[in-house]
Amino acid sequence: MTVVTHTASEATASAGSSDVTGPLTIKGTAVELIGLVKNYGAHRALQGVSLDIHPGEFVALLGPSGCGKTTMLRALSGLDGIDAGSILIDGNDVARVPANRRDIGMVFQSYSLFPHLTATQNVEFGLRMRKVDARKRVARATEALELVGLDGYGERYAHELSGGQQQRVALARALVTRPRVLLLDEPLSALDAKVRVQLREQIGRIQRDLGITTVFVTHDQEEALAVADRVAVMNAGVIEQIGTPEQLYLQPASPFVADFVGLSNRLDGVAGGGEVIVQGSSIPVLGDAMSGEVTAYVRPEDLAFTDSGDGMDAVIVASSFLGSLRRTTVRLKDGTVLAVQHDVQERPVPDDTVRVRFKGRPVAVRPR
Amino acid sequence: MTAASSEIATAAAAAGVGTTRFRRRWAGWLGFTPFALYVLLFLAIPTVYAVASGFFTDAGTFTIANLAAFANPTIVGDFVSSFWVSAVVAVLGAVIGAVICFALLAANPAGALRTVVDSASSVLAQFGGIMLAFAFIALIGIQGVVTVFLKQTLGFDLNASNGPLLYQVSGLVFPYLYFSIPLMVITFMPALEGLKQQWGEAAATLGASRMTYWWRVAFPILSPAFWGSTILLFANAFSSFATAAALIDQGGIVPLAIKQQLTSETIVGVSNTAGVLALGMIVVMVIVMTAYSALQRRARRWQR
Repeated sequence: MTVVTHTASEATASAGSSDVTGPLTIKGTAVELIGLVKNYGAHRALQGVSLDIHPGEFVALLGPSGCGKTTMLRALSGLDGIDAGSILIDGNDVARVPANRRDIGMVFQSYSLFPHLTATQNVEFGLRMRKVDARKRVARATEALELVGLDGYGERYAHELSGGQQQRVALARALVTRPRVLLLDEPLSALDAKVRVQLREQIGRIQRDLGITTVFVTHDQEEALAVADRVAVMNAGVIEQIGTPEQLYLQPASPFVADFVGLSNRLDGVAGGGEVIVQGSSIPVLGDAMSGEVTAYVRPEDLAFTDSGDGMDAVIVASSFLGSLRRTTVRLKDGTVLAVQHDVQERPVPDDTVRVRFKGRPVAVRPR
Repeated sequence: MTAASSEIATAAAAAGVGTTRFRRRWAGWLGFTPFALYVLLFLAIPTVYAVASGFFTDAGTFTIANLAAFANPTIVGDFVSSFWVSAVVAVLGAVIGAVICFALLAANPAGALRTVVDSASSVLAQFGGIMLAFAFIALIGIQGVVTVFLKQTLGFDLNASNGPLLYQVSGLVFPYLYFSIPLMVITFMPALEGLKQQWGEAAATLGASRMTYWWRVAFPILSPAFWGSTILLFANAFSSFATAAALIDQGGIVPLAIKQQLTSETIVGVSNTAGVLALGMIVVMVIVMTAYSALQRRARRWQR
């Protein structure tokens, strides 16, 4: 496989002027989204969203359907306009620049290969638009296909490729012009689970090798946490929190983030002195000291079954085998339902009585 | 339940499933029977009979002498006329129909305009024969509304150059277009609507202008569907009979020549020539429909 390096001089501002004839090299570019507003009739899809993306960074936009993540990506691509705000790429405002002049690469959710062209011809398309001569086009397309592990597939048409292969060709097609920014609009969601994981790892590796600034839209938290340097969690047209995967998981800034990223048990408690009292147990609190009535967000892996007397009495409701672990739902005496993550060797039986304890790891709390 | 009884139950259940499948299969075939019989009685047998009749004399002996009809200048002329009328109708119908489809793209698919055009096209594509011929006689016949209007207001006589336009082979283009254009709308619109939004967006992000997208992506993707529909229009025009029969007395195109051979009271003993002409038509239609089928397969594969 071709290993790719990048040089600053090769990145250019417009599609028409890019030097795309040398080796496949890409420069990481800074992207700034400032106060983006987008309305669909009476509905405001983006409510003044701002986001700084560093050169070469891999940022995931994560959120439920309708949160505005795809709207934001399409605004950045130029496929949809915005009603207010600025989009800076390398410091230049491109908010009014049409998509075909923004010099971005994009991979779409549904398969978007041109069906009348072979894989090589698809990859060549962007180079043809830039008037690269035929010999160089073929060489560059072959190199890009090698990059995504599809050397030898160049003569195949889209209908002769699997879904995963089509998305890899689409990735090669998006990268071959050396765009300033790579946009990925849920590129894995149409694939089956195993291919999804393989391709997501491949995307992550290529992104790191190329150092290309990348924005990845997904509703799958596992995908976002697995590949992104930073994840922006979006809800109702705003970014609720942006941070590293660890920050989001361990220090959720809002109940929404705590709920959306990972699984949390929400428990009422009273905080004070860096601890929170929940169900009679004292647990350390993450982040800033807080006092008063709070909601504690306890991860299922922060709970365990115990035979000692320090736990809470509970009844097993249901238990699910998840491969490397098991997740069991229990009901406490006061009716509170908790999810407990534990070893697969423990096999709880519904209606059995057990005791559940907190492991004592710090938990996130928010005022009630 | 013992192991033995369990096996019996499993076998009985499997037998039950098998019986159900058997019944369903037979029910399917039973439902298909009326249509199959219809096709057999009114298409397959007459076709075989017509073709076979071209290879037998009136006395019932096998001969290939009737094939000499293909060397007859009149019959060759009929085939040439049929070809060019059908080709002109197909090309004009395809282009005009495609333009209408492009215009309709801007309309709301569930809106009143689309509903009216879709419904009207479905009806008009099947509208032919005496009624259509009469409508055109009333419109551009010798005393037709348009003919008289043009003559009175502009002094232009539609029928001045070669006699009555509508009653010549070339005049068939007008009524044939009447049902060919709606047929194009019906067959081509789904292909146009099947263009994926992502193709346009992918082309844009790769640097293509809107025009480049249509030229390099959309038109090539649509081409199998376009040419397939064009071929369908050709086949439809080539095999049309009733409208032409209402407007033109004698041959001129193959279907009318077949009728002439079968019903002529002055030319005796040439009914077998009609069989040979039918064979010629069938060969043309098989070639055309094979090409149509291949193009449709490609169109479906590309737009899946």
